Amino acid sequence: MGQAYSAGLTVTDSIVLRKERLLPLKGQVLVKKGDIVKADQVVAETLLPGKVVPFNLANKLGVTPAQLTQFIKIEPGQQITKDTILAQNKGLFGTGFMKNEVRSPCDGEVENISSVTGQILLREPRIPVQVKAFIDGIVTEVIPGEGVVIENKSAYIQGIFGIGDETVGNIMMLADNPFDVLSAGKVTEACRDKIIVAGSFIHLSEIELAIKHGVCAIITGGIDDQDIKKLLGYDIGVAITGHEKIGCTIVVTEGFGKIDMAQKTFDLLKQFNGKKTSIHGRTQIRAGVIRPEIIIPLEFQADELIVPEVKVPILEPGSLIRIIRQPNFGKIAKVVSLPEELTMVESETMVRILEAEFEDGTKFRIPRANVEVIDS
Amino acid sequence: MQYDEKRLTRIVATDCGSTTTKAILIEWVDGEFRQTIRGEAPTTVEAPLNDVTKGVINSTQELEELARIKYNNPNIKFMENGEFVIPRRGDVGVDAYVSTSSAGGGLQMMVTGVVASMTGESAERAALGAGAIVMDLIASNDKRMNHEKIERIRQLRPDMILMAGGEDGGTVKHVVEMAELVAGADPKPRLGSSYKLPVIYAGNKDAVSEIKNTLETKVDLIIADNIRPKLETENLGPARDKIHDLFMEHVMKQAPGYNKLMEWTKGPDLEAVPIMPTPAAVGNIIQAIAKDETIEVVGVDIGGATTDVFSVFTEEFVFNRTVSANLGMSYSISNVLASAKLENILRWVPFDIDEGALRNMIKNKMIRPTTIPALLEELVLEQAIAKEALRLAFKQHKEFASSLKGMQKQRDISEAFSQSASGGSIVNLMTLALLVGSGGVLSHAPRRHQSVMMMIDAFLPEGVTRLAVDSIFMMPHLGVLSEISVKAATEVFRKDCLVYLGTCVAPVGKGKAGKLALSAKIELPDGTVFNEDINYGEMRLIPCAAGTKAKATLKAHGGLILDKDKNRELEIDLHGGVVGIVLDTRGRQPFTLPVEASLRVPQLKKWMRELKAYPEDILS
Repeated sequence: MGQAYSAGLTVTDSIVLRKERLLPLKGQVLVKKGDIVKADQVVAETLLPGKVVPFNLANKLGVTPAQLTQFIKIEPGQQITKDTILAQNKGLFGTGFMKNEVRSPCDGEVENISSVTGQILLREPRIPVQVKAFIDGIVTEVIPGEGVVIENKSAYIQGIFGIGDETVGNIMMLADNPFDVLSAGKVTEACRDKIIVAGSFIHLSEIELAIKHGVCAIITGGIDDQDIKKLLGYDIGVAITGHEKIGCTIVVTEGFGKIDMAQKTFDLLKQFNGKKTSIHGRTQIRAGVIRPEIIIPLEFQADELIVPEVKVPILEPGSLIRIIRQPNFGKIAKVVSLPEELTMVESETMVRILEAEFEDGTKFRIPRANVEVIDS
Repeated sequence: MQYDEKRLTRIVATDCGSTTTKAILIEWVDGEFRQTIRGEAPTTVEAPLNDVTKGVINSTQELEELARIKYNNPNIKFMENGEFVIPRRGDVGVDAYVSTSSAGGGLQMMVTGVVASMTGESAERAALGAGAIVMDLIASNDKRMNHEKIERIRQLRPDMILMAGGEDGGTVKHVVEMAELVAGADPKPRLGSSYKLPVIYAGNKDAVSEIKNTLETKVDLIIADNIRPKLETENLGPARDKIHDLFMEHVMKQAPGYNKLMEWTKGPDLEAVPIMPTPAAVGNIIQAIAKDETIEVVGVDIGGATTDVFSVFTEEFVFNRTVSANLGMSYSISNVLASAKLENILRWVPFDIDEGALRNMIKNKMIRPTTIPALLEELVLEQAIAKEALRLAFKQHKEFASSLKGMQKQRDISEAFSQSASGGSIVNLMTLALLVGSGGVLSHAPRRHQSVMMMIDAFLPEGVTRLAVDSIFMMPHLGVLSEISVKAATEVFRKDCLVYLGTCVAPVGKGKAGKLALSAKIELPDGTVFNEDINYGEMRLIPCAAGTKAKATLKAHGGLILDKDKNRELEIDLHGGVVGIVLDTRGRQPFTLPVEASLRVPQLKKWMRELKAYPEDILS
């Protein structure tokens, strides 16, 4: 039967990770296969095309596009500097009196001159772009001109939602329990450049303090929708994030509101307290799903880097599940049975359900779509 | 190529959506085509599986299992060694396999024109009609500076660009200038960097050589007939066909597993049946209904990420489609909140709720889009959000579906200039005969009464309008099936696809609460007669079974009207449905709800109770 449940986010103390680090355009790869790289090491670089500056040269000179060729002083491909004369007319009756000239507003290169429209395109100097390794690891593949594949062995946690781009720091546990709400006074100057871990929730005031103290990232179970809005200055309509520049990356492991961090996630972070970690908040929930990642590199030997075949966790009696919608959002339970027939739930929706029990033995029924399987 | 029942006895059709791959089985049974079994599985176009065919196999396996149970025949199978067996050999195989796709974000396009409201709008119409999401319309007069346009073109990574502009024989300057901006931006395709971005030029034919000089080295340039050869003529067909060709050749081939899927989709003679973008297939079938029954139709498909609205209006069957790219019930649900505003959602909620909790609930649905409301309260909230998403999407559609005609239609030149400025929407709710809803929130609502309520509250149909839902979102499958058998597609459409909900009667105009609005005498097929004078601001539900009609004598009061001819009295047959006939005297143009919750909530509860939308315990 088709699956009607979520595979769940990956939370594991050891995984062979394979990261493509690619340039946005072709460029130069700076490392070679077999190189050991550090997260902040530049592995590839390129020059992005500069900004295009279009304007109508014929209009500025006061001639028709067809006449422009008579007065033009440059040609496509030519390097120019700011104030280079682009075109110049001969003045009144060709005497040089009241001569009009147009100068370049920028340094760069002449991209195109159109005799149909009189429009000229100048391209500003190229912009250097560097791609860093982001994770400590070994270069296992070089894609010529495009980038590299870096592999390592890591403890690895996928978040559900995040904001802010890639950063690297050391984990610092501020919460004692997965249900803690980060209390006032815990975020201090000692947190500078650290990745701090809250429990079930962090208030806006503490996030602002973290930004003030130069915290590089926050990991929390839950966050309030309105706090994100206040931080960003706008409401997130569609979950495509990671480009935000608020001075700190935030990774939410469970969802919006106050939600206990999953025990396994919390224990894993606690186990690696103080360790160097790579983290990003990039989230894309539409096509090409991207979730935030918390990557804690481990010691490894090159021959350990064998990526196992992808296995989708199976929902079966005995599977551990996490509830991902009300009621009982965030709770862990064990599957007891998987009835085949459609069953009516409180909302009168007919759905495939499963029967499960909480640790205390309480049994309940829930739509399969509202659980995720915990990869054990 | 069209086939009949002699060649098509068993067909599998799939729709590979962004989250779910839905498979249906269509069979020739007892002298007619019927949809017999359905199955579904998560779409597998993304990591870790990265192969769309895995989801197709899973959903087809579900079909096979259910077919074995239904026919008590363990030998039935449609696939062998992971591929469809075509043609059918007894219990094994099918006669055709067809598919639509919107996975991987569907077809994403950018369009350009010279004047946004003229050639730009035509280009947008062509792209939307071909099933695309239009990421942006860039026009010479769109008030952005040229460098901003270049930046925008560079930022967007569309699957293809459609360029229009200029009438044949007119000035070439503006359209060439737009080409220069496109060339300057040097745009890259969304999927893969191994091929050049396809750009279709469908503008002034006199500019073709200049366009080639400007663009040919930078993009994969395809020339099509001008979309607006004259100002008063719109010619969308050639550009649309090119879009479909390129969708197959470029976009589909880049998506994981689609090369294999394209080899699978075959008719009985093993000829390829192109995979169609899902919305294009829905457009096919909506147009077929309108033409077949000579009626005006609106169809809506509210999905997780987008809401598509399709309409066919006027005697010329002018088809329009709009995509509200960020109005949906899961991925985009948070944007519905941002666009509609909280107070507009809450105006449909018949109980108190903490605003913060509602906002967080919406965001959690966004980040876990496949979850479903198990609690009644959450269902009511999702349906309130759906009403607003539908309302906004329909508003956008009405604005876009302007009076410019489709294919090669001659118009008066003064009309051509006023097409957008005058806002001359061709969408006329008074003449609308059939409103079809589809998408999970409408098709799978626990009570069909809820679908009726959502459609009436969101679309505010006027006069007499029949309501239906696509039972299991089968319209895409039937749209692509019509490519090899119109007969099979239309037969299944009538018998299995649409669930007729009933008819809504809504007098138009403003009345006063407590004053008489409508006298209705309705003779039901079982001989019973409903006879009531109904005051303004009320709703009534009169059960009348599907497939039957009731004779109605309607009289509107207090300045209200009942049809496009402003009649106040009507004698008319009203179609029944699984819900029945709804008399809605809450007024139209304007329709208003009390702002004060203390006044609004009791009214909502009264209407919901009358429509039997929810269990009593949430309304008491």
